[in-house]
Amino acid sequence: MTDKLLEIKGLKQHFFTSKGTIKAVDGLTFDIFRGETLGLVGESGCGKSTTGRTIIRLYNATSGEVLFNGENVHGRKSRSELKKFNRKMQMIFQDPYASLNPRMTVADIIAEGIDIHGLAKTKKERMAKVHELLETVGLNKEHANRYPHEFSGGQRQRIGIARALAVEPDFIIADEPISALDVSIQAQVVNLMKKLQRERGLTYLFIAHDLSMVKYISDRIGVMYRGKIVELAPSDELYRNPVHPYTKALLSAIPLPDPDSEKTRQRKIYDPSIHDYNGEEPELREVSPGHYVSCSQAEFATYTT
Amino acid sequence: MQQIPKDMFEPASVDLSEAEKISRPSLSFWKDVRLRFRENKLAMFGVILLILIVFMAIFGPMMTKYDYATNDLVNANKPPSSEHWFGTDDLGRDVFTRTWEGARISLFIGLSAALIDLFIGVVWGSISGYRGGRTDEVMMRFADILYGVPYLLLVILLMVVFDQGLGTMIIAMTLTGWINMARIVRGQVMQLKNQEYVMASQTLGANTNRILFKHLIPNSMGQILVTMTLTIPSAIFTEAFLSYLGLGVPAPLASWGTMASDALPALEYYPWRLFFPATFICLTILAFNVVGDGLRDALDPKLRK
Amino acid sequence: MSRLLEVKNLAVSFKTYGGEVQAIRGVNFHLNKGETLAIVGESGSGKSVTSQTIMRLIPMPPGRIKSGEMLFDGIDLAKKTDKEMEAIRGKDIGMIFQDPMTSLNPTMKVGAQIGEVVIKHSKVSKAEAKKRAVELLTLVGIPFPEQRVNQYPHEFSGGMRQRVVIAMALASNPKLLIADEPTTALDVTIQAQILELMKDIQKKTDTSIIFITHDLGVVANVADRVAVMYAGQIVEMGTVDEVFYDPKHPYTWGLLASMPSLDNEAEEELAAIPGTPPDLTNPPKGDAFAARNPYAMKIDFEQEPPMFKISDTHYAKTWLLHPDAPKVAPPASVQRRLRKVDNVYSTPVLVAKDGE
Repeated sequence: MTDKLLEIKGLKQHFFTSKGTIKAVDGLTFDIFRGETLGLVGESGCGKSTTGRTIIRLYNATSGEVLFNGENVHGRKSRSELKKFNRKMQMIFQDPYASLNPRMTVADIIAEGIDIHGLAKTKKERMAKVHELLETVGLNKEHANRYPHEFSGGQRQRIGIARALAVEPDFIIADEPISALDVSIQAQVVNLMKKLQRERGLTYLFIAHDLSMVKYISDRIGVMYRGKIVELAPSDELYRNPVHPYTKALLSAIPLPDPDSEKTRQRKIYDPSIHDYNGEEPELREVSPGHYVSCSQAEFATYTT
Repeated sequence: MQQIPKDMFEPASVDLSEAEKISRPSLSFWKDVRLRFRENKLAMFGVILLILIVFMAIFGPMMTKYDYATNDLVNANKPPSSEHWFGTDDLGRDVFTRTWEGARISLFIGLSAALIDLFIGVVWGSISGYRGGRTDEVMMRFADILYGVPYLLLVILLMVVFDQGLGTMIIAMTLTGWINMARIVRGQVMQLKNQEYVMASQTLGANTNRILFKHLIPNSMGQILVTMTLTIPSAIFTEAFLSYLGLGVPAPLASWGTMASDALPALEYYPWRLFFPATFICLTILAFNVVGDGLRDALDPKLRK
Repeated sequence: MSRLLEVKNLAVSFKTYGGEVQAIRGVNFHLNKGETLAIVGESGSGKSVTSQTIMRLIPMPPGRIKSGEMLFDGIDLAKKTDKEMEAIRGKDIGMIFQDPMTSLNPTMKVGAQIGEVVIKHSKVSKAEAKKRAVELLTLVGIPFPEQRVNQYPHEFSGGMRQRVVIAMALASNPKLLIADEPTTALDVTIQAQILELMKDIQKKTDTSIIFITHDLGVVANVADRVAVMYAGQIVEMGTVDEVFYDPKHPYTWGLLASMPSLDNEAEEELAAIPGTPPDLTNPPKGDAFAARNPYAMKIDFEQEPPMFKISDTHYAKTWLLHPDAPKVAPPASVQRRLRKVDNVYSTPVLVAKDGE
């Protein structure tokens, strides 16, 4: 797990609107190691979805680099170079009702990647691959000729996973894949993703706002706030030992299914003005092995004593 | 408590593959639309009316022993009788035969114009809507300018440059007719292009062609169909109008428009000559409008349950 | 404890193209004055339909109340006409919906919307209604209420808008507040604020609350009592301690087991409930949960289980509580939560058909 599959350096995604510039992603630098699941959490507007979409080049980055196996995903690229990345990196989307084309059969949806990249030589081969993928995600062969609206949310999400797997990617960005699903179905999808990771050696970037589910599936977690990463640490460590005041506030706000603890819980509130930066740009500094926190020099001193 | 045999409390074998089965028969989107359309009595009436009119357009002229061009001055301007079911015109030609020959021409013109509008409009609107930005601005401004040029002037110019005839007529009508379709398709495409299934397709590596023709246009089909069924009556009416101005198909060919135009001066004395073509213009337009409305209602997802 | 609301044997169906969907199939529960009852369930469980039926907001047709009564302070809401319900809605019963974006009229100032509720149910002048609106905005914790009362909904953030919606619901001091997934669309920190606010208001005004949600964490935070719904029926109901620390229904076990806890270090797999909820146009024979229930017995596929009483306040609808049923152990993660709960009967008691 020590070699880097993705290196993100100084990634910025600014949207220029009539009201001014929205700095959705404002200078992200982090790595994703081969075979790991990196969780990215934050509340609405923090830029986590935009980060995912920029990494996969659905949006062109305003500045910064995304190196996949050392190669920059952004910059001037030919169609075939871009297509190469399409096979290596794939995405699972949030809304099971909007992520599948309602006019296409499940077979066509799953086989789209196969068709684009010419991965099947005959119709029979194509169908065989579709059936195989359906079974991999726990659905039946008979579902291939049905339409998305006949399936439940959880089943649709699994069709989306099958679609992403069809091109045999190394890296999958999961953009809030379970937020729109019922609790018991979330567990199904998460278990499936873990199984696929074990079997196929996949690397995941798991974007979500539900910290308990993210902690369960991720090896490391990055916490985002207003376009920047404020804390990055292994999952257990982040929960046991949150350092950044925003992380502490976030963790304290999550309601746990435990009435006794809920009665005694104290919520912490995050007020950005408690940082006294004085014009200094906070940086991600390592406060303990593998545990990074965005802070000023002065704060760093307090965190490490 | 009722008596229940003890063996009922033994564990049951649960076939979990049954859990994913979909019991309802497959109902594609269009089947659903057809069902709802059929319930709309007015729309069904429109369909039947159209079928009747088309039937008569095909077989009507064969039902009499007359043809549409032969003059018979002796029998000019005779009212409807058992000899001439719709009467005769000023050259003694059988109005019944001419009405149905005229139907062929009017319907042909109407349908061709609508189809041409469809092709140009759909392609123009979808490219403009999908590309957005500069391309969209240029394409739509061009359409706006074309729309703003006085229509009649354009048509008359055309008639001067080319000879009067079927082809010229159709060109005249499609000059600006496509703009409406283009605007509607552009609106739909702009709405749909941010859907997650389009993003999924982009991530898979689809090119613009595939996204337009496999995803965006099929999902706009509903709107396109409705617009088309409402364009046809408009085209038929425009043809009648142009014919009335003397810009229609040359004699002895008849369209409903030219027949109405010829009949107008003699309205007081020989009203049947205007009555029949005018009635059928109205009925056809009504039928198409009613069918178009019915389609729109059947396609409305909000009414869907 | 006096009962504000009693729902008895409620059954609601919808006529659709595919057939008759039996959304609610025999639901019994009550709400005591001043308490918060959480109704938990997933999509298709019927929890939203239940609350909308109480408010008589379901269009009838295609919906209809097949049977049952809903006694609000002794009056059967099922028998009320639309006009009579208009007088009750907003006055005695307030409702908060999930999406604050669509609950508020974007073209009306916030103060005017709150004022509208006030004026409808009590004859006061516009000026007085505006004063009340400012009072309510203060109550729900909106800063600078005198200025903000003149703003439009789009000038508020999501959490603030939901506060406005709460203010509207409370405008006429309703006895009952129905909150249908009020925090589902909000960020975690905003959700925590809104939950605190609701509990705070309940303390001040003694309003009874029905809180509908799918989030068990939220339930643990706000509820006094919990009703767990599945496939149009209540499968387990009890105090919040009973349902979390001594659950008896396999579906409740499944729900609790499929949530990862923040403090479990173990790498064990989440015990997901396989499959999807049944199609309610053709509810399955027997127990609706049987097809997904790893603890299912033969009888679960033949006969619908009766409701058993485990304590004065704890009910569960499962054959597992029948004296002849084998003793089963809940999944490991549920077992870890178990603790002793007071006042449990030595043997579960079978409950008669009418739900008491």
